[in-house]
Amino acid sequence: MSSPEATLAPVQPAAPSGGLMSRETRDIIVNGLWTQNPGIVQLLGLCPLLAISNNIVNALSLGLATTLVMAVASGSVALVRNFIPHEIRIPAFVLIIAALVTVVELAMHAWVPALYIVLGVFIPLITTNCIVLARVEAFASKRSTAHSILDATMMGIGLTAVLVVLGAMREALGKGTLFSGVDLALGPIAKDWVIPLAPDYNGFLLAVLPPGAFIGLGLLIALRNRLLMREA
Amino acid sequence: MIGSPYTLASNSTATIMFKVLLALLPGIAAHVWLFGPGIVVSLILCSAFAIGFETLLLLARRLPLQPFLSDNSALVSAWLLALSLPTLAPWWLYAIGIGIAIVIAKQLYGGLGQNLFNPAMVGYAALIVSFPVYMTQWPAPIVLADHAIGLWDAFDIVFSGQGSISADAYTSATLLDTWKTQVRLNTAPEVLLAQPIFGWIGARGHEIVALMYLAGGLLLFWGKRITWHIPLAFLAGVALTAGVLQLIDPTQHASPLLHLFSGGVMLGAFFIATDPVTAATTPRGKLIYAAMAGFLTVIIRGFGSFPDGVAFAILLMNMCVPFIDDYTQPRVFGHPRKRSKAGQP
Repeated sequence: MSSPEATLAPVQPAAPSGGLMSRETRDIIVNGLWTQNPGIVQLLGLCPLLAISNNIVNALSLGLATTLVMAVASGSVALVRNFIPHEIRIPAFVLIIAALVTVVELAMHAWVPALYIVLGVFIPLITTNCIVLARVEAFASKRSTAHSILDATMMGIGLTAVLVVLGAMREALGKGTLFSGVDLALGPIAKDWVIPLAPDYNGFLLAVLPPGAFIGLGLLIALRNRLLMREA
Repeated sequence: MIGSPYTLASNSTATIMFKVLLALLPGIAAHVWLFGPGIVVSLILCSAFAIGFETLLLLARRLPLQPFLSDNSALVSAWLLALSLPTLAPWWLYAIGIGIAIVIAKQLYGGLGQNLFNPAMVGYAALIVSFPVYMTQWPAPIVLADHAIGLWDAFDIVFSGQGSISADAYTSATLLDTWKTQVRLNTAPEVLLAQPIFGWIGARGHEIVALMYLAGGLLLFWGKRITWHIPLAFLAGVALTAGVLQLIDPTQHASPLLHLFSGGVMLGAFFIATDPVTAATTPRGKLIYAAMAGFLTVIIRGFGSFPDGVAFAILLMNMCVPFIDDYTQPRVFGHPRKRSKAGQP
């Protein structure tokens, strides 16, 4: 059964092969990474952004986990979008997302247990991360599978990029290092990969605490607006 | 603006702020007398950093320098923060505190008049969560210190971190800090009060400085720069809450008098809670705002993890100010009393 809304979804025009990629593909990529960046434009998915971005390793790991879930979730939903009754689409989407998150959670528990413990509750919380549901509802439930996967991947990378920049800012200011805890993700070989920025650094706890995330995010949004003002 | 009979009172921001600075002088003088000239160094440093950051941000915001720099508001924030911080701390502590106060809490919110939170207290709160070790090492009063610290020693210590004299020779834990850690180890209050850092009613030395802040605050009141509502309600909130707590459990909670004359209560009551930008503006609102701030101060001191609660209490109440003001609008003469509707013009 397909609802009127679903049948009214925009029909995909055949990709006019102008340059390397179609105009639509390019738009999806630019939207995800910059114009509609989830982290600093849509301000969706702030829960992990604020909670886990206290260093680069945490930020990158959770960002990649979220990207993986988003890509697979959007692809799956786009595949089955014509079979899901319109009225119960949200529970159906959440079920699909939750199943994927469980897979990611178990995989991380099995292969990177140390990181799994550090990220803790924020891995299962990917299920409730609004950017995942937002892309599924706003994009994947209306568009082709390939475009949905591309869109979710680009949105995920856009979010991950913001997370990593914020994580780098907070880690550098708060602890005076970069990539601390990298051994949690890559095993004990990576122990020496931590980059100390300043010897005998006292640490600036505020940057690592939640207020640091809010202030850092505010500064990033301001920086983006500033760049746009200069372009205009 | 001025109607007849054309008085020539100059009530500009600059003169009001300047009078606040003047009213702080008795407290500063007492501080120099009892603790040595360390406070002069932190006042100079904080003022310089404040003017520096203010200039930078005004340039970045493309605003004219002269009218904003000469309104003395940055200096007031700088002095209030300097008086709340331990003297003889490393110079970067003052720089970070003033930077957060002026850049984030004041200019990024839109400058004087637009700031939701008291800048000096935001700076203080950021420092105490980030650098608790530096924030709890206060120089002991001269009578208790092993070494007298001269002005040049003070500069040396602030800029080189250590100086020629070991920090243990001139610092001691603060009274509120000692109280908090000791009563949790079940030390009897009588034993505590017999320690040398306790004076007649509060911390030795600091109690006199607090008394001088009280005197400076009364000058502000007589000069009609502040009304009685906020200081009185704040002090009453502190005293009543402390009194009730002491009645309930005298082995854990200090007396109201000790609460009033230690930490930042006197400075907070007359100079910080009365900030015209961030405080409530209606008469009833001022009473609610300040009494709640006093109540929270004692609650944070008694049950929180930080020794003093004045900064957090005032910041928390700053958040409630728009709400308090909205519900306490006075009745306009000639109009019936209306039920307040929050959020409606």
